[in-house]
Amino acid sequence: MFRKLHDPGEKALDLTVTIDGQAVSAEPGESVAAVLLRLDSPISRTTPVNGSPRTPYCMMGVCFECLANVDGMASVQTCLVPVRDGMRITRQHGRRVLAVTPRDETAGDVSVSSGGSRQGVSQ
Amino acid sequence: MSRAVDLLIVGAGPAGMSAALRACRLGLSVLVVDDQPAPGGQIWRAVETRACTRTGQLLGEEYTAGLQLARAFHESGALYEPRTQVWQIEPGWQVFMSRDQQAQCVQAANVVLATGAQERPAPFPGWTLPGVLPVGAAQILLKTAREIPKGPVWVAGSGPLVLLYMVQLLRAGGTIAGWLDTAPSGGWSRALPHLAAAMRAWKDILKGVRWMRELRRAGFPIVRGVTQLRGEGSDRLEHVVYRTADGQSQRVAVDLLLVHEGVVPSIHMTQALGCAHEWRADQRCLAPSVDEWGQTSKPGIFVAGDGAGIGGARAACTRGELAAVGAALRAGKLNEDEARRIASPLRRTLADQLSIRPMLDALYPPRAELFEPVDETVVCRCEELTAGQIRAAARIGQPGPNQIKAFTRAGMGPCQGRQCGYTVAHILAGAHGKGVEQIGFYRIRPPLKPLTLGELASLDTGGDT
Repeated sequence: MFRKLHDPGEKALDLTVTIDGQAVSAEPGESVAAVLLRLDSPISRTTPVNGSPRTPYCMMGVCFECLANVDGMASVQTCLVPVRDGMRITRQHGRRVLAVTPRDETAGDVSVSSGGSRQGVSQ
Repeated sequence: MSRAVDLLIVGAGPAGMSAALRACRLGLSVLVVDDQPAPGGQIWRAVETRACTRTGQLLGEEYTAGLQLARAFHESGALYEPRTQVWQIEPGWQVFMSRDQQAQCVQAANVVLATGAQERPAPFPGWTLPGVLPVGAAQILLKTAREIPKGPVWVAGSGPLVLLYMVQLLRAGGTIAGWLDTAPSGGWSRALPHLAAAMRAWKDILKGVRWMRELRRAGFPIVRGVTQLRGEGSDRLEHVVYRTADGQSQRVAVDLLLVHEGVVPSIHMTQALGCAHEWRADQRCLAPSVDEWGQTSKPGIFVAGDGAGIGGARAACTRGELAAVGAALRAGKLNEDEARRIASPLRRTLADQLSIRPMLDALYPPRAELFEPVDETVVCRCEELTAGQIRAAARIGQPGPNQIKAFTRAGMGPCQGRQCGYTVAHILAGAHGKGVEQIGFYRIRPPLKPLTLGELASLDTGGDT
């Protein structure tokens, strides 16, 4: 949906992150969500309720649509996280599941949220 | 052991940075925490990186003006901790926060909440589809990642930010497919009573006139008085349907639609603290009630900037300074006379800076449909509840927002009602035949941001609990 503005005076896209295993170039200082919005599939997650696809939305940390897994941590607000070289990002599908073993990096972290968020509840 | 400071400032935008500068000069020990990686708030996002680049130039002088303040802020002597989220404030004041999954508690004699504003949620059928983003988000992408829409973009909404972003986008070489102006017609007759007062800010009015001229010259279609906006598509936005002022229904193919209906104060922290709030009919939002220093009904909790009612960046700077003076007065660093002497020129400046606001509020009210969305509209994005479901629940015994939350889970998702709070309140007002100011808001509870058990366990309570 978005593209980089051509600006020769700017830093190069010299970082590499992976998104669902695919290598993607990124610029120092930009957020993970900004990288997602440049991809052919700008989806960050599918919802826990109906599984509908969502992209990063507010870009300022209030809407939580940009939640994704970053370096093994689930439900990260990717609009608040600057890219780092080698960062591993995976899209987040549906509900989080409680980690079965503490070292299982693919499972979500348990999250405390007022009002009983669906995160961290296995069904 | 927790640290202690004279003043803790939440937010490093215009208000937060200005408050820090002033408070340090008045001899307070100051800690500033902010959830972003760099100072500037939303208006000056990434200003230290961008101000001197081509992207900074096309964003304009309003943007690059933030650089000076950001630099002064770094030199101010205030301790600055970015990427830090505050998730609870307890009486005393004990401020709980997390950074890099590490939680801590800071003891603060005074707190300035400079958490600014968020874009007003603008629900319409299809607004959750990939391909719909707020205008403010697009502008943040330009500031932080120098990104612009890939193809011709449609814009739907109204207000100064819409005009400014479209101008910036054109300057960046982007293309606008069309602008669906949703401001209700009769704007200038609504604004006229406020025009004389607004003339004190004639430079800003002139700027708006220049933006409009630049946009008209670009030649894209501008459709006025648009209503009944609807996005269509299965897995992503494909079409936008709308009604023109003369009642025609139009349907256009759209890849990316940017929407905007103004901004509202961030009130989650003041709500959670139990501060008194008032309904601002002029800005159609809640705002904490504050005294002349920006102090809320809770002594020692101040609100500065757009969080205390929308006033714009320059007013936010002044209100930040006033809050710092108020905190210094409360801390005994100033006596009443000294505080008033410093505040008096600041208050005159503030009055000038706020003079254009009533005119802008009258010109660009949010469109009425936001508050009475059609049944199929998703209202709570997190829990995917529609206006129809909220209305059905509202028929069971006149519930308030908190009963609706219990009945339906609206407002219980990760955003904690930041996207659905006002819409639900308005739907309830409509259902019960009451004014929205009588309805109230969700009770906001900690943690204010989702928190992992690991983070919570990392909290060093000093062995006293």
